[in-house]
Amino acid sequence: MNETHKVIAIEVLRYRPELDEKPFFQTYQVPFTEEMSVLQGLLYIKDELDGTLSFRWSCRMAICGSCGAMIDGVPMLGCHTFLRDYYPNKVRVEPLAHFPIERDLVVGADDFIGKLERIKPYIVPKEPRTLAEGEYLQTPAQLERILQFSSCINCMLCYAACPQYGLDPAFIGPGVLALLHRYNADSRDAARADRMQLVNAEEGVWSCTAVGYCSEVCPKGVDPANAVNQNKTASAADYFLHWLPKGSGK
Amino acid sequence: MSARRPYIRSMDGWWRRDPFFIRYMIREATALLVVAYAAVLLLGAIRLAQGESAYERWLAALRSPWSLAFHLVLFAGLVYHTWSWFQIVPKTMPSISVGGKKLQPAVITGTGLVAAAFVSLVLLLLLLFIGS
Repeated sequence: MNETHKVIAIEVLRYRPELDEKPFFQTYQVPFTEEMSVLQGLLYIKDELDGTLSFRWSCRMAICGSCGAMIDGVPMLGCHTFLRDYYPNKVRVEPLAHFPIERDLVVGADDFIGKLERIKPYIVPKEPRTLAEGEYLQTPAQLERILQFSSCINCMLCYAACPQYGLDPAFIGPGVLALLHRYNADSRDAARADRMQLVNAEEGVWSCTAVGYCSEVCPKGVDPANAVNQNKTASAADYFLHWLPKGSGK
Repeated sequence: MSARRPYIRSMDGWWRRDPFFIRYMIREATALLVVAYAAVLLLGAIRLAQGESAYERWLAALRSPWSLAFHLVLFAGLVYHTWSWFQIVPKTMPSISVGGKKLQPAVITGTGLVAAAFVSLVLLLLLLFIGS
């Protein structure tokens, strides 16, 4: 806090379930400096202007995935977006699209978490090993296949960017399918057959219409659209291969 | 009793919310123009099977101002569809490594667009050659 403070108007979508029938916008005048993020702007409101404002946050450095919001209509991390880029205009902050609003900027993540649990987001080893037998080794090429998809921080920005999820919340959605692919493509994993049941379902990859916005908004370069569409090929192969007599492949 | 009363926002007019969605809707809509193009050509094949006079009438119909205007619209749609289609192609493919380095999406898109333009040009020259 050194140079003279500019003041930016931050317009926040408020919703207090015990008081409000529906959400409404409330504008706050926030003094800011060059290095202040939108999240810091919200923290200023909470600390100095209006303690009733609710929002999620934790790490302030784009790794915890908590502070996602619609910032001027685009899904972004509050900590990864700077107030200076919006000044002298106002900046509008809304809860992530396509999720139910619990309170102010806090959305219900129950659906996302439920889906995440369903895909078995962990390595299921081919055969159990004792510690003495050592680690499961992987070549750099095998790592390369999963590395990008393992960068997901579960921030749900891709869900707020996916109209298909907004139109039909039964769709497993980009982020969880990207993580599903991360484990299915892992050379050490053996749960592919279980996960393919989810991939093949109508609400699996086939609900995706390749809008591609999920990959644009991802703050970690995961490219969920790529994971989903690679699995359309995998799902089609799975379908045709199952006509072959047992024992002839796979 | 839970104090939760989640508010669900409407999806009405969702595609007008973001320029990205508008471009997506145009990409999907221009697929219909591609179908229309194919239908015109299919009709030509049917007319050809029906005999010379039927085929000549089809050719004459293609030369009408309405048909030319229609084809301009189809061509614009087709160009946009081709461009937007190759934009999304890198997202639909497994990653390709060349010399141990991942092929960048822009390279895949660029190669596709150049290939499409090249094939179209060759086809056009071939038709001009046959026509002369």
